[in-house]
Amino acid sequence: MTEVCIIGAGIHPFGRTDGMSGLQQGVFAVRQALADAGVEWPDIDIAYGGSSAAGNADIMVNDLGLTGVPFINVANGCATGGSALYGAFASIKAGQADLALAVGFDKHPRGAFDPRPADWGLPDWYGETGLMLTTQFFALKLRRYMEQFGISPTTLGRVAEKAFDNGALASHSWRKQPVDIDTIMNSQMVNDPLTKFMFCAPAEGGVGLVLASEKKARELGVTPIYLKAATIRTRPPGSFEVFSPSLDIERGPSPTVVASKAAFEASGLGPGDIDVAQLQDTESGAEIMHMAENGFCADGEQEQWLSEGRTRLGGVLPVNTDGGCLACGEPIGASGLRQVYENVVQLQGRAGARQVEGARTAYSHVYGAPGLSAIAILQR
Amino acid sequence: MAETLVDIADHLLTRGPDPALIGGRDRTTGRIVFPCPADAERFEAVELPREGRIWSWTVQRFRPKSPPYTGPESFEPYAIAYVELPGATIVESRLSGFSFDDLKVGLPCKLVAEVFAGKRSYAFAPNDSIGGDGA
Repeated sequence: MTEVCIIGAGIHPFGRTDGMSGLQQGVFAVRQALADAGVEWPDIDIAYGGSSAAGNADIMVNDLGLTGVPFINVANGCATGGSALYGAFASIKAGQADLALAVGFDKHPRGAFDPRPADWGLPDWYGETGLMLTTQFFALKLRRYMEQFGISPTTLGRVAEKAFDNGALASHSWRKQPVDIDTIMNSQMVNDPLTKFMFCAPAEGGVGLVLASEKKARELGVTPIYLKAATIRTRPPGSFEVFSPSLDIERGPSPTVVASKAAFEASGLGPGDIDVAQLQDTESGAEIMHMAENGFCADGEQEQWLSEGRTRLGGVLPVNTDGGCLACGEPIGASGLRQVYENVVQLQGRAGARQVEGARTAYSHVYGAPGLSAIAILQR
Repeated sequence: MAETLVDIADHLLTRGPDPALIGGRDRTTGRIVFPCPADAERFEAVELPREGRIWSWTVQRFRPKSPPYTGPESFEPYAIAYVELPGATIVESRLSGFSFDDLKVGLPCKLVAEVFAGKRSYAFAPNDSIGGDGA
């Protein structure tokens, strides 16, 4: 089977863009990705894309051109972007396409998400009594983890502080002001132990990626970034997921653990080989837990890692170099592809002030409700 | 007082002075879940243990959006937890009667019927008959 390469990456800046729909932000990102790859829209053999709250991706053929391209809409919650990437990856691997597009975009109203119980197969009382909030789930999973493995609130603060420092260096980020750790720790408590600055917010943005077979990339004369592995896994028994009225006493691994192992196996690389990583950081604790779930450290070691700055720029494994969801916000459909975009930029060596010197390998992990994770491993 | 009210949902907890949550036991695997799923061929209704320990907790500090939330407009923060019911399952619940500052993993608690939005619902309250934090 052919190797798969990423040859173009585009982004519409994250945050809030009044007067521009989510779909338009997606189109903006696709045009930038096509230009970056040096190809035209009619060259694309297949497209995958999606949003959570901003409409069907395939509508963008109205703007991009009616080429008849097969365009598959993806809806996989927070992992929508990861799933679109997987579709494009698999099409090229299978020899069905030489050039494929993955696109994700979104535009959410302000404030926390307000899901309806019936959409999740849950009884009405669960929502009526105030148990159905994503922020609660994050806090409950994190509290248990902190208790089990000795993670302190200060470590949560350090994650957020790093995110805002990095975000200030990324042109596509939303939050561009560093925030000191005292302000983070003393900001309004939202769901104990998580304060306001430790949570990301729903936002807007769009990302497009152009993928190519290795042969096509050579024909085009571009320097390819190899997509060594793209995996997605849904939850195994005993995982701790959002909106669970009950949990099994016998606990199991998370979908992230399963997807990560599969991705490392497929890539022939291990956690120690990775130079830069983007890990789902819906809130500070998620980044902490995902460091271990993805195999980069043992449970509990994050306390030392963060105090020593190992995940900061210049550390042994910089994590969320563009500020992650905390600094970029979370437009659900685009978020997972933003991580891959950032990794492409890092491997191309054009990340400017946030460049990880000499980065050759990059890892991204997106996690979404109701329990699925997508991993992409890049190598140049 | 809760005994005379309509339940917030059918088949959620038993009636009487000492109610229990109603879970579902998978007839094949023995796995217990809460609430009891409607599929009676697969799940047999069982009363869950009334006493357990806090497995994890948080405090809800902002008012959830309505719908679906039907609590009062004037919002007071409330504590919620996963409570491990030994030998059965871990259930999510509002907490009642705990001071937020005292909350920690391992605290013993017991099921109580609680009025919520004019209906009979459930919560877990401190269980003073058991000492130690069991953590």
